[in-house]
Amino acid sequence: MSDLSSLTSGAPVSTPEANMHIPSSEAPPPPGSAPATKSGGDDPVRLTGHRLPRWAPWAIAAIAIALGLIVQLTGITVVGFAPGVIAALVFLIGQTGASWAVEGRRHTTDRLATTLIYTTFVLALVPLLWILITVVLKGLSVFSIEFFTSTMRNVNPRAEGGGIAHAFIGTLEQVGIAALIAVPVGVLAAVYLVEFGKGKLSYWISFFVDVMTGIPSIVAGLFIYTALILTGVLQQSGLAAGLALAILMLPVIIRTTEEMLRIVPNELREGALALGVPKWKVILRVVIPTAISGIITGVMLAVARVAGETAPLLLVTFLAQDININPVAGSQASLPTFIWDQISRGTQPSVDRAWGGALALILFVLVLYAGARIIAKFYAPKAR
Amino acid sequence: MSKQIDLVDLDIYYGDFLAVEGVNLTVKANSVMSFIGPSGCGKSTVLRSINRMHEVIPGAHVTGEVNLDGENVYGSNVDPVLVRRTIGMVFQRPNPFPTMSIADNVIAGLKLEKDKKRTESYDEIVEKSLRGANLWEEVKDRLKRPGASLSGGQQQRLCIARAIAVEPQVLLMDEPCSALDPISTLAIEELIRELKNRYTIIIVTHNMQQAGRVSDDTAFFNLAGIGQPGKLIEVGPTAQIFANPTSQQTEDYVAGRFG
Repeated sequence: MSDLSSLTSGAPVSTPEANMHIPSSEAPPPPGSAPATKSGGDDPVRLTGHRLPRWAPWAIAAIAIALGLIVQLTGITVVGFAPGVIAALVFLIGQTGASWAVEGRRHTTDRLATTLIYTTFVLALVPLLWILITVVLKGLSVFSIEFFTSTMRNVNPRAEGGGIAHAFIGTLEQVGIAALIAVPVGVLAAVYLVEFGKGKLSYWISFFVDVMTGIPSIVAGLFIYTALILTGVLQQSGLAAGLALAILMLPVIIRTTEEMLRIVPNELREGALALGVPKWKVILRVVIPTAISGIITGVMLAVARVAGETAPLLLVTFLAQDININPVAGSQASLPTFIWDQISRGTQPSVDRAWGGALALILFVLVLYAGARIIAKFYAPKAR
Repeated sequence: MSKQIDLVDLDIYYGDFLAVEGVNLTVKANSVMSFIGPSGCGKSTVLRSINRMHEVIPGAHVTGEVNLDGENVYGSNVDPVLVRRTIGMVFQRPNPFPTMSIADNVIAGLKLEKDKKRTESYDEIVEKSLRGANLWEEVKDRLKRPGASLSGGQQQRLCIARAIAVEPQVLLMDEPCSALDPISTLAIEELIRELKNRYTIIIVTHNMQQAGRVSDDTAFFNLAGIGQPGKLIEVGPTAQIFANPTSQQTEDYVAGRFG
């Protein structure tokens, strides 16, 4: 039933009273879809329409879930998630049908879209929560003071104990080196692209940043390995790892910083320039502070991305079982390679340690992120 | 200490496009000149070329002279940054710096130029400038609050305070009241009449009553058609432009027949 048919069915009716109640001789036309404007100028405009009661979606959902449970209990399911799919389909069909019959096309579309959005939202959350819960449950069992203060030196893979101190120090140094290189270079490159760059040079920089975004992490590791380690410039070391991670961080930082700088209103730049402020100070004191919150978020995303990189680290610094503070000489452990190492040993205590390492890595990123949000909030533009 | 401005054979370009052609105009010291004309006729472009804000747009340039008491601001050794310190500007939409407090907004221009010798403290300058912009009484108890917390009219007066804090000699205003309500507009018009004692003021406005209320002289700009450069049609004392213009175009415009 379309909007037009309801228009024509309402057209011959001219009394205001009849207009309030749509003739029930035929299937209920979609109310609310068309005030009868065609039928003459003196008809009152109708502002109310038939709506499903508020509890209707919940009732339909309850019925759908009940049906799913029945299917589950009868045990006739072919695959494990079938009851869920059946419940979802029943809800979708039930709600759409009820809405179509009572409310009309616009509201039906609205409900369908709402259902779709909530469903995809939940679907997107499922893996995230699943990972978090699994890691927390499995990781917490090995958490102890010892786990954070000891290393894996002289720890038998079959024995419990040992810890991540060496890996944590390694990750801290490697990510720190990477950030130290990539943040200034990346932010400055973005400032160039947004505030100064025009013509060929900025086009090509922009192009190569896009290309860099797609570099697989192992390739960044291979590059450092062949360019610096095989040529004897560097040993396998924390510094080499930092360099490889910096390559991976750089495009993310440039892109996000660029986006943030571009949304700073031009009026602010002009306002500052018109006060007789030199351009470099305008950028430093007005443009960057206005965008700093977004820039910090971008930097944190980049840090989070590289903190979990494993493949390049295996190439350029490999594994270590003990603390190596010196980033320029000798292999250094890190949290991702620690996890990889422990998992690959296959014994239960080792796998437990790997989960502990994974939880520590997530917490590390979370703490960094929270810290960055606080800093960003401190600098961010304030409304009142 | 205000200065006279002379525009001499000024042609203004956006890239290859000639936007405004052959402007010859004198703004006397301590007077208010208003620029009026239909949209797109180049009033704002002329205004922005006076303090070299025009060239901030890529490709934009001018030929001809803009003389500040006889000194061409487009001369070969002239630093545009210094020009802008001498010729301040207030924009159409209030644009306080969102990361700064009210007080910091006022002294933003000063804080960013360390070389200038000052006898007053920042606090004194903040008070003096805010008083100068008729905003002091309203904000004196909340100077540390962000500039964005003010209403639109207050923000615009904050921007005026910010502009006069660097002690310019000329003040350019690009439709300063077009985003404001009548009461805020009134406050700013009163302010313009006061500021005239200390500055030379040029104001772009779409509001002809406003031009009549605040300005000593009025310049009317018009363009022959889309894609044609804008031109200065007529300039003279405001009363004469409105009551007895020499050009038919001006008469039609001020009578509201187009624009």
